[in-house]
Parts: sequence; C-alpha cells; structure tokens
Amino acid sequence: MMDLLDSFLVRAALAGVGVALAAAPLGCFVVWRRMAYFGDATAHASILGVALALSFDTSIFAGVLATSLVMATTVSSLSNRGYAMDTLLGVMAHSALAFGLVAVSFLQGVRIDLMAYLFGDILAVGRADLAVIWGGAALVLLLLWARWSALLTATLNPDLAYAAGIDPKREQMVLTVALALVVAVAIKVVGVLLIAALLLIPAATARPFANTPERMALIAAIIGALSALGGLQLAFTFDTPTGPTIVCLAAVLFAASSLGDTLRRAAMRG
Amino acid sequence: MSLVTLKGLSVRYGGNTVLSDVNLSIEPGEIVTVVGPNGSGKSTLLRSIIGALKPSSGDVSRAPGLRIGYVPQKLHIDPTLPLTVRRFLSLPASVSDARAEDALQQAGTGPLAERQMSDLSGGQFQRVLLARALLNDPQLLILDEATQGLDQPGSAAFYQQIATVRAQLDCAVLMVSHELHVVMAASDRVICLNGHICCEGEPEHVASAPEYRALFGTGTQGALALYRHEHNHSHDHAHNHDHGPGCDHNHGATTKDMAS
Repeated sequence: MMDLLDSFLVRAALAGVGVALAAAPLGCFVVWRRMAYFGDATAHASILGVALALSFDTSIFAGVLATSLVMATTVSSLSNRGYAMDTLLGVMAHSALAFGLVAVSFLQGVRIDLMAYLFGDILAVGRADLAVIWGGAALVLLLLWARWSALLTATLNPDLAYAAGIDPKREQMVLTVALALVVAVAIKVVGVLLIAALLLIPAATARPFANTPERMALIAAIIGALSALGGLQLAFTFDTPTGPTIVCLAAVLFAASSLGDTLRRAAMRG
Repeated sequence: MSLVTLKGLSVRYGGNTVLSDVNLSIEPGEIVTVVGPNGSGKSTLLRSIIGALKPSSGDVSRAPGLRIGYVPQKLHIDPTLPLTVRRFLSLPASVSDARAEDALQQAGTGPLAERQMSDLSGGQFQRVLLARALLNDPQLLILDEATQGLDQPGSAAFYQQIATVRAQLDCAVLMVSHELHVVMAASDRVICLNGHICCEGEPEHVASAPEYRALFGTGTQGALALYRHEHNHSHDHAHNHDHGPGCDHNHGATTKDMAS
C-alpha cells in the first residue's frame, strides 16, 4: 500500500477522487439553493489566502481555509440582508481574485508557481497533501451526513424548517463551512478558477438520473470521481494540464446527460 | 393551558410596523381563522408563531414541547431538486411507509407516494403539504392561505378535508384566509386583522361587527365581499391605529359588494 503511494499518479488519482467525493454532494446543495456564484466568490477569494499563507509562512491549507471562511461568511450574511446579490458577488469574487493576484506578485520567487494555484497541480500532490485532502473531504462528508435532513428541509423552505424546530441560519452556516473546506482541499487539485466547476457540473449532470436528493448526490459523486480519474488519464495521454482536463471531461459528461435527457423527453412526448 | 400565547406582539420590518400590540391565545382543539386584507400582517402573525420571525417587542410563548403542523402559503421547489412525495414526507424526520401512507390517506390524496412533487397538480400538492403537516401528530395545525391557487370547488373540498382531519386528530387549527364564506362558518373564533386585531369573536359576531364591515363590506353578511386593497398607502403608521371602532383607515382601500 505504502509503495503504491510512491507513484505520483496514484497519489493524483486518490487526490482527485477525494475532492470529487466531497465536492459532489455539497455541489448538489449549491445547485439546489442557487448558490453557484457563491461558490465562485469563495473559491476566487482563496488566492488571497495563498498570498497571505506565503507571506506569513504558514500552510497554504490554513491560509486558504481562513480566507474562504471569511469570504463565505461575509457573502452569506450579506445575502440575508437582501442586497442585490449577483452584482455584489461579482464585485467580491473578482476583486478578491485581483487583490490576491496583486498580493502574490509582491512575494519574491512565487510568480512561477502562480499557475499551480490558479489551475491546480494535481501531479505534485504529496503524501501530506493527500492526508489533508482526505481529512478535509471526510470532514465535509461527515458534516453533510450529520445535518442532511435539516439541510434539506432548510433548503426546501426556511419556514418549514422553523416550524420543525430547525434554524435555517445555522444550516446555512454548515454549508458555508463545508464550502470553505472543499475550496481549501480542492485548490491543489483543480486550482481556484475551476473549483466551482467541480461543485456544479457533476451535480447538474446527475440531475436527470435522480428521483431523490440522495440519489442525485450519489450519482454526482460517481460522476465526479469518474471525471477525476478519466481526466487524469486523458491529461497523461495527451499531455494536457490536468485540472482543466478533468473539468473538460465533466463538461462533456454533462452535455451527454443533458442531450440524453432532452431526447428522452422528446421521445416521451412524441 | 393555552397552546400559544402572544402578548403585545409587534413586528417591524425596517421602518414599517406590520403588526402592533397583538394579544392572542390559542386553546387546545379550537379552530381560529384570521381574516384581513393583503398586507394586514396575516402571514407575519403565523410566521411569528412558528418562530421564523423575531418580535420587535412583546412576547410569543408556546406550550413546552408543542407539536406544530405547518402548511405554508406556497412552496417553491427548485426544478434542480428531485423529490418524490414519499421522500418529502420524511423531511425532516424519517417516517415509516405505513405512517406516510396513513397521512396521505388522511389528507385525501390518492396513491402518489412515488410521484415527483413537481408533477403534482395544485390540489394534490396542497394535500401533500397537509399530509406532511399531520405526520408529527400535531396539537396545532397552522395553515397559511393553504388554498391559494385552487379553484372554488377545489378549495371547498380542501377545507372539508381540514374539518375531517380536525375531527380525527382533535387538534387546534389556526388558519389564514381570504375566502371568508368558506372558512368562517367552520371557525370557533374569527380574528379580523389589519396591522392589529380589529375585532374578534364568533363568526356571526365578527361578520356583523362594524370593524369587520369596514374592511370587508356589508352585503350578505360580508360573505361575498370583494376586497380591493390599493397599495398606495405606506405602512409607516404615522397615523397610529388608534382611531376607534370601525377601523376606517382611509387607506385608499375600496370595498365593493359583488352581490349588489
């Protein structure tokens, strides 16, 4: 087993699958609650976390987790106050990214590595990274598992949740924390620009095949894991950047799923 | 003891006072109907009772361990969320198939446990919401304009179902409605709301009360009053609701008697 982990490809595969398994069920909530831009903003802010972590010489994971958490909390508290969310999120997502990029440029000798943070560097995943990724992923899954029913009820309708003694604001906070965790573990795998894709695309792909929320989350996890493994294989074969290749494969699966669904509906009508 | 007691409840949104100084208690087993024009704070009242809104002042107290069955005004289910009726009934607490089947029967639906919520008709959807509200064997059933979007026979049938359910469960019912003619007769108590409680009492009493007539018109005991509420008044309540009986607020509201 330990020998297996010596192979960078095996480590990359495990990292990809780990992130995909955590991102998929969380991605379902992002889709159901229409939080797509929310995921983007949190992910983009994390480059600022990278800059901070490098300048203060702490772990990237901690820096990213902290900034993601701050960003996600800010956005979710603003959204409760009824601001014009799409504009505000757009401003926050892109300015966080821009500030992050500028901050990184101040650091000596980091400029070369920037691409690794923007698009991920899954082939450079070490044993320690792997431990962080699987630890983070397990934490996210545990969190979602423990709160699943309450999260679903709050997602469906806040008043239904209140009447059942569930506080929808607390459930929102659970999702916020889970999102920050996923961003922090996914940055090494797909980079800040493509994390939201890993959340959304498998969930959207799974939708036509699911008749319950649980099944959708399960299918999304399978699709996410397949995309990670297949994308890794394709990137190796065609010598393409790995993170983007994983997302490309997920997108192709989404297109196939949507097309299949459209044809099926047409056939049912015809 | 009372299931729910409101003492001096006031709710403000921003600068708007939606409810002011509402005192109300609901006793076990009684049917209470809240009537009032649009924007009179009916939904706000219900949402305060279920704990979704914090009162700006005053106090909401629920009996310890009170089981509430809540049927919301409308429930939008995002099309990206796949949800069967059966799965919906198990939210948030998981229930057995037999229990789910019972509740659906009680709410008067056919066998549609495996149907998607998004495929249901308006009437079926409301009944499924009712079935879900019955699952925790509620002491208090709260319905917020539960028949919105149903046609006349549909809503009449729905209220019939409520009466049947209440007779079986012996629970208290608190409901909000526009449809006075359908609802009032079945109520033990009617509360006429317009930012505050204008009048309350037995249906016959309320229907003949001047405050009620001021809001809903006088023809056929107000049974067929069509209320038009022009939204050109602000609820800043600079004019305080202290102008005595009649509730004649001069809100720019017009009442029109359909029967005449």
